[in-house]
Amino acid sequence: MDSALIPEGADRCSFPKFAIGICIVGAVALWGVYAMFLCWFKGLNQTNMNDYYGFALWIWADLAVIAVGGGAFFTGLLKYIFNVDELKNIINFAVIIGFICYSSALLILAIDIGQPLRGWFIFWHANVHSMLTEVAFCLSCYFAVLTIEFIPNLLENRQANKVPFFRHLAHNMHGVMAIFAATGAFLSFFHQGSLGGVAGVMYGRPFAVREGLLIWPWTFFLFTWSAAAFGPCFTLLVTWITEVVTGKKLVKDNVVHLLAKISGWMITTYIIAKIIDTIYWAYVTAPSLGFKMSHFYTNNSFYGYWILITEIVVCGVIPGILLLNKSTRENSTTRWIAIVLGVIGVCLNRWVMVLQIMAVPVMSFDTWALYVPSWQEVATTVLPVAYGIIFIAITYRYLPVFPQERELNHTKLEQ
Amino acid sequence: MFPFNFEWVWDIAHVIFFGALWYSLAILGAGMAFVIVKSAMDTMNDSGEPHH
Repeated sequence: MDSALIPEGADRCSFPKFAIGICIVGAVALWGVYAMFLCWFKGLNQTNMNDYYGFALWIWADLAVIAVGGGAFFTGLLKYIFNVDELKNIINFAVIIGFICYSSALLILAIDIGQPLRGWFIFWHANVHSMLTEVAFCLSCYFAVLTIEFIPNLLENRQANKVPFFRHLAHNMHGVMAIFAATGAFLSFFHQGSLGGVAGVMYGRPFAVREGLLIWPWTFFLFTWSAAAFGPCFTLLVTWITEVVTGKKLVKDNVVHLLAKISGWMITTYIIAKIIDTIYWAYVTAPSLGFKMSHFYTNNSFYGYWILITEIVVCGVIPGILLLNKSTRENSTTRWIAIVLGVIGVCLNRWVMVLQIMAVPVMSFDTWALYVPSWQEVATTVLPVAYGIIFIAITYRYLPVFPQERELNHTKLEQ
Repeated sequence: MFPFNFEWVWDIAHVIFFGALWYSLAILGAGMAFVIVKSAMDTMNDSGEPHH
């Protein structure tokens, strides 16, 4: 039915099977869209946000998708600026994942502001003293960069590529992509950092506040670093899931090993910096503000030391070691364990930096405030996942996303 | 957002924030304008099948 749109020589499932899959995931997406409209039409009373929780569950989701979407800017930086040529075989998919993550982040922000019709105020009436203004500027501009990076792949569709102008446009865009990638890296550095900076400058929240360099708290640098470290892990994870679902090998092992190795070095250096930051905060910063470390991890039913150990040791040190070591990196089981732990780790870090800081009591008369999201918050948080699955399914079906797919599945296609 | 807006102030914060914003947008705009014009010229000249 749609065979004229499918890349030449590529094997795809039948259209009815594809349509059924899209409908199933689409139903979940519709549930999220319904919750989104409830928030827009009835207001933010649909959420469980209150004076303790100005950041709802979806702000964690927002920061998490931005962190895991960091694979796009970092892979682009390596490919176009540092000329790591092997990454050309995964860059299209990294850009698609980044596009999904950043469009999701913008959608979440559109829900969070309550009145999306006033979204343009952040540009027109900008508060130039706010890190979140910088985040909004950089997020919007970087989404434009990702759209530009995605266009050539879109134009390489079998039918679009027959139009001479589109063919030339795709070719010429590849030629100047380094400029866009460099701009994207600049924008990503600042918005990833500023999201961390927001936590680091909360002087009224001793759990979050940090010293730093000039106007930037250490969390600014840690957030950028962690996005560059764990973002490629997410790219590899989604690639692996796509391979499992399609039953095909899509990227050669040497490309996966290379990206895993780079990620391993980034994770290891990041986690060393994170450990130093945590020790300094626990023994110097927090005591100077009148708090012992135990204050942040006891006297409540959820946030114990386990979350600190899980984030730093289980989901930081272990994946770093597994990806640095050649034998464990090239063993598929240990590599996937490391990648999954890494993705969980960066999401957990964002959870701690968004939700735990809101839960910790600050005043002597305060108590821990544990937060349970409403179903509308859960639905709007699930929405980007469903949207991402649909987007990947459509792009994989109709676009030449993986340059090595044909070669790797050549024998299978001949049979 | 623009110097002609009533709330605009010529201070360092506005210059850095909006300078970086307009600089980034200018790069993206100029880059896209260049490839679109070049592609239109290539199409008119029909310089053959591009390969990448």
